[in-house]
Amino acid sequence: MDYISPWAIIVAAIFTSNILLANFLGMCSFLVCSKQIGTSLGLGAAVVFVMTATTAINYGVYYGLLVPMGLEFLGFIIFIAVIAAFVQFVEMFVERFSQGLYHALGIFLPLITVNCAILGAALFMIIRKYDFIQSLAYGFAAGVGWALAILLMAGLRKKMGYSIIPKAFQGVSIIMIITGIMAMAFMGFGGMVRIQ
Amino acid sequence: MSNLPVACGACQAGGVCQGKGLSTLKSGLWANNPISVQVLGICSALAVTGKLENALVMGAALIFVTGCSNLFISLLRKAIPRKIRMIAEVAIIATFVILFDQLLRAFYYDMSKTLGPYVGLIITNCIVMGRAEAFALQNPPIVSVVDGLANGMGYAGVLAVIGAIRELLGYGTILDFTVLSTSWYVPNQVMILAPGAFVVLGLLIAMFNAINAGKGAADAKPAGGH
Repeated sequence: MDYISPWAIIVAAIFTSNILLANFLGMCSFLVCSKQIGTSLGLGAAVVFVMTATTAINYGVYYGLLVPMGLEFLGFIIFIAVIAAFVQFVEMFVERFSQGLYHALGIFLPLITVNCAILGAALFMIIRKYDFIQSLAYGFAAGVGWALAILLMAGLRKKMGYSIIPKAFQGVSIIMIITGIMAMAFMGFGGMVRIQ
Repeated sequence: MSNLPVACGACQAGGVCQGKGLSTLKSGLWANNPISVQVLGICSALAVTGKLENALVMGAALIFVTGCSNLFISLLRKAIPRKIRMIAEVAIIATFVILFDQLLRAFYYDMSKTLGPYVGLIITNCIVMGRAEAFALQNPPIVSVVDGLANGMGYAGVLAVIGAIRELLGYGTILDFTVLSTSWYVPNQVMILAPGAFVVLGLLIAMFNAINAGKGAADAKPAGGH
């Protein structure tokens, strides 16, 4: 496989292979937390931070510990443990040193442990055989892409408050369809770069 | 989005579930269907349903994992301290996911390649966690297994429906048998790609809402109404 430059990965992970719109990851919190722009901004920021950091840590753990010992099959359980531990640690750290940040970000942190996008980023990094710099770029950009998608959705939902939606379509249904249209729009970037 | 796993309708009744295997089964399959009513675990519902075959394998994985993890969490429910129950649950679930992943790799390698990371992502699939948290922790093993299997089957059923629709419209085939001949039907590529998945699921949920609303608005609350 040709070496893909980290810059290409960043552009691709945000636009062409958006982790939410093309890989469908992180849908649960996307649906629940996209009601207000403020909330989605906070969650998006938390995801960018946690995803970048855990991808880097998981890279180290996987190639530094699991591969030399031949324990690759334990990957899933180790990744999720690393993510849970990291989130817990960050929560305590933020609470201790920055009350303001804790109130802005704190409530979103526990939610992130079960955000499948975080685990998904770690798994994609292994499957696509990224090196460390590429993984770091991918973790960061995938987070940014997710944040972008949820922000767009929050904006759209705000507008949608003024529209009359058929009863059966209210709630999740219409959001799904709008997400579909959004995904279609993002596919327009498809020609630029491709990863995967 | 009032229907979070902890507050699902089937379990608010608590003891009612006990000894009523059939009602538990029905609730998981239709009344509280994980995808269409509770809107849980849709990541994989969207990602692996490009073809019916993938959807069926994913459904089987979910049935296996929810069944087994519900059984073991229920057996251990008195031994797990409340404070660390999340970690314990995740560890049990991850064990079964790893088991299934290894089986898939050994006997069905092509499928394992196709599903890619989505098998591993069953760990963070909210259905499994939700059933463990909401049902297996409070109920004896046998009913918990039924609940796990029922929710797994409800999930697999919806997955199969989405998979069938997308494969039919996207390739004109079902399980690789040609149904819509290409001589008159032009396969609609968008159904295989991401947008098709979102739109099909959106329409499906709307359909569920419409049917449940028609049944009587008193007990069937629309999913995710706000």
